[in-house]
Amino acid sequence: MHKKQKESVLRKTGEKVRRLILEMSFRSHSGETGSALSISDILSVLYFSILRVNPKKPDDPKRDRFVLSKGHGAAALYAVLALRGYFPQKKLLEYRTNGGEFHSHPSQCLSLGIEASTGSLGQGLSIAAGMALALQKTDSKVYVLLGDGECNEGSVWEAALFIGNARLPNIVVIIDDNKFQGFGATKETNRFDLAKQWRAFGWKTFTVDGHNPRELERVLLEAKNANVPVVVIADTVAGKGVTDIEHTLQAHYYVANKIDLGKKKIKR
Amino acid sequence: MRKYFVEQMIVEMENNPDIIFLTGDLGFNALEPIRERFPDRFINVGIAEQNMVGLASGLALEGKKVIAYSIASFASMRPYEQIRDNVCYDNLDVKIVGTGGGVNYATLGITHHTIEDLAIMNVLPNMKVLSPAYSWEAKEATKAMMKDSGPVYIRLGKSPDANYGKADFAFEFGKGFVIRPGRDIVLVSTGNILDIVEKTADMTEKATGKTVAVISMPSIKPFDEKLIVEYAKIAEGVFTIEEHSVIGGLGSIVSSILWNHSVPKKHFHSFGFNDVFVKEVGSREYLLSLSGIDSDMLTQKIVQIMSCK
Repeated sequence: MHKKQKESVLRKTGEKVRRLILEMSFRSHSGETGSALSISDILSVLYFSILRVNPKKPDDPKRDRFVLSKGHGAAALYAVLALRGYFPQKKLLEYRTNGGEFHSHPSQCLSLGIEASTGSLGQGLSIAAGMALALQKTDSKVYVLLGDGECNEGSVWEAALFIGNARLPNIVVIIDDNKFQGFGATKETNRFDLAKQWRAFGWKTFTVDGHNPRELERVLLEAKNANVPVVVIADTVAGKGVTDIEHTLQAHYYVANKIDLGKKKIKR
Repeated sequence: MRKYFVEQMIVEMENNPDIIFLTGDLGFNALEPIRERFPDRFINVGIAEQNMVGLASGLALEGKKVIAYSIASFASMRPYEQIRDNVCYDNLDVKIVGTGGGVNYATLGITHHTIEDLAIMNVLPNMKVLSPAYSWEAKEATKAMMKDSGPVYIRLGKSPDANYGKADFAFEFGKGFVIRPGRDIVLVSTGNILDIVEKTADMTEKATGKTVAVISMPSIKPFDEKLIVEYAKIAEGVFTIEEHSVIGGLGSIVSSILWNHSVPKKHFHSFGFNDVFVKEVGSREYLLSLSGIDSDMLTQKIVQIMSCK
């Protein structure tokens, strides 16, 4: 596919993911919307350009692994997995509903493409490191997505120290730097430079516009081939795509409405 | 007990190349044979128990069988949430090994005592809990644990010198062992306090003229309900003795079994640590004595309870 064409496809996929996130929020009348929207483009680029996965063979041992450590962004993961063909899109109706398939935090299920259960922040990096250790002698890479606020957790730094020290060559961390956490701006609880903190633990760092598919693709490809522990800090927008809530704390708790969906009639 | 665990672990690792051994920077004078024999599968992850359990989970998701080893208090409590969310929730093949359970690290103080582990591990879905008492149980529990493909917590202590094993004993999860036959009074015990329990049985028999059975329960979950009910139905009194809090451990398990099975009214008491931190400085025996867990005080109390109408 031509470069420009591919970029356009990725951009449209990001938009579709956002649309599905808003539909899930509206139907289930639930929040955690803003932090799913902020990772919509990152996940689209990962699943449609970077990860070597096969939805028809979700347990293929040769696949790349993806761990969503910031589990509260799960709506974005479910949306992208549906678009990628892991399950029919109508299954997204089972998000946060009685007897449904999907919590608002992922539950491990390989047939659905979900590699690990997450939800309590700070746990995914260690799990990913264990996977990377087991896969060291293979071609598989392990990708793990953390939140910027999640980096408050001490366990993140236990894992960062271990991986940096072991120089695991097959792990790529992406940080969704949307600048907000549960009760305020991330800078209120961590005023230090995130990239410097990771570099101090022996990681190679990149920064990238987390909503520019072409740049994301370029940086993630570079990260993939670095052969040292890499962290990609993606500058993202909390509530991306919903003008009223972009760059706000409220984005995290926002419940989508009919206007966001651009439809007058939509069944819950 | 650690010695028997290590010996058995070497056998297991020889036979199964998928076993990975993680330690949280502990095991001096104990784990060296494993490190030397399996340098590629032994990893000192550093003093970072949360990361250790997370790593173990990631390795297990990729098909490995993983040991996460530390002192019982650090192995069970620091990474408790990772044990719950990663290991138990996803039902992974991870074995949490806690050494020095109870007050085996006596003079090291409260931070190194572990009188809560059986309770907090017991309450986790999918988790199996082992607490062997002596050499044979330690070795067999290790074997059984390594055959199992799900989460297991094992508490190790300092093995009593005596070997209580019998020729017809066959270890399995959910099985208790009658160490001493008897029918009037039943003493139920778990872990390496068994020697004190045995001595208590001797003294109680002499003091009361009644026969005293001793049952060792190396498997806390699953638990041998059948054996307890069988003995309790005949006995006049049932007593549990454990190096653990009286809340949530062996005593709580046995008392709920007796109620659930509507065993007729018996004398019953659970002996253990009474919801306090034992802050005094001293040896294991000294701390147990202060807490009423020595043969003299146990016998005295059992005789007193048995004499009540």
